[in-house]
Amino acid sequence: MNQPHPRFPEIKYYRPKTLKEAVEFLEKHADQSRPYTGGTDCFNQVRDKRIYPEYLVDLKSVEGFREIKFDPKKGLNIGAAARLNEIICHPKITKYYPVLVESAREVGGYQLRNRATLVGNLCNASPCGDTIGPSLVYCSKMHIVGPGGKREVDLKDFFEGPGKTSLRPGEIVESVSFPIPHPGTEGIYQSIGRNKFGDLAIAAVTVLGYEKKDTSSGYEFLITLTAVAPTVIFADLAQDILTAQSITHGTLRQAASACGEACKPIDDIRGSAQYRRDMIRMLAFRGLEKTCKLLNISL
Amino acid sequence: MELIKIQVTVNGSKEILDVHPNLSLLNMLRENLTLTGTKSGCEAGECGACTVLLEGEPVNSCMVLAVECRGLSVETIEGLSEEEPMKKLQQAFMELNAIQCGFCTPGMLISAFALLKRNPDPSDKDIRMALLGNLCRCTGYERIISAVKKAARK
Repeated sequence: MNQPHPRFPEIKYYRPKTLKEAVEFLEKHADQSRPYTGGTDCFNQVRDKRIYPEYLVDLKSVEGFREIKFDPKKGLNIGAAARLNEIICHPKITKYYPVLVESAREVGGYQLRNRATLVGNLCNASPCGDTIGPSLVYCSKMHIVGPGGKREVDLKDFFEGPGKTSLRPGEIVESVSFPIPHPGTEGIYQSIGRNKFGDLAIAAVTVLGYEKKDTSSGYEFLITLTAVAPTVIFADLAQDILTAQSITHGTLRQAASACGEACKPIDDIRGSAQYRRDMIRMLAFRGLEKTCKLLNISL
Repeated sequence: MELIKIQVTVNGSKEILDVHPNLSLLNMLRENLTLTGTKSGCEAGECGACTVLLEGEPVNSCMVLAVECRGLSVETIEGLSEEEPMKKLQQAFMELNAIQCGFCTPGMLISAFALLKRNPDPSDKDIRMALLGNLCRCTGYERIISAVKKAARK
């Protein structure tokens, strides 16, 4: 039979049932282990020998890892093994974090999302990870556990480069939490890929806006740019423009242009750097325009 | 490499197998259990030819390890063919010629079956979104979508 891919290498498989078991194992085999939940990225990386772990540590059975908890005061907590389709169907996430749901729908096909996890998508740290931008604008926090105990890291400080995070050897992410968004928050995730749905983003923009009395414009906007820099980035200057000036079509154009300036795209198989920069300007303008409409701002 | 004993329910029958940790669910079904209705396509989670139901939900079996299925239930095209709405789907696919070479068909049928189970009256968009992870390279998608719609209305 014609084998399009190399054979999956020999590997050892370990499936802890408790967090304690997982942490102890990972502490002992920190450099030889790879945490594994949905496996949708990890499976191909191991098979194609881009990574060489001795052990796959399957965290799906760890108590509490599949849980999605919502509290109207504390916010949302999504366990490391909660799947994207479970997130998409969750009524509270749809109500309070619709932009996250929109972005999760963009990840692969239905079958893939039955395995893929949000925490996995974040830990993979791809510059084009669809759920990263929305997770950043909703100010999420990674809950990490490892040999040194537990710690929390703001998602904005989690990424260090393409595929690189601030996770230390032996550490795993237990869950990701999201505070309750400001009342009246609206936003949108705009992406383009080679196909209309389900493909990796060539460029994407997330916009989130809400009313804020103490700013000159009366609003605060958070904007992230995907697939146009080594990590997903905030468009700081564009955000400042929208806070400092009253919101008009001109301000939106100025902010969209600042998004174009903020990105550092590369040429690759999916698009040229110039195309990506142009698309970021267009996606940012459309995203801002739509968000303003949702916020009932007359331009 | 060590062998791991797993018990997995495949199409309703309990199977006890000794598997290597690097064996995929796809290869377990095709090679250990000779259930060759599940096809091996891209082996990268893109084409959906290997779609099976794992605990009632469609997954790409090429990207699931057999050891992960310990204690779980798997259903393949062979096990679903007598169950509704699969019979209606198969009938509609045949009536509307939604099959040319047939390689993608088992995966398409399983994705469509899972869709009709969770949404018995899907819109065109629902069908397109549910079949997004199943690629067809010869029949074309219009007939497949029409067949799913026809089966839903039967």
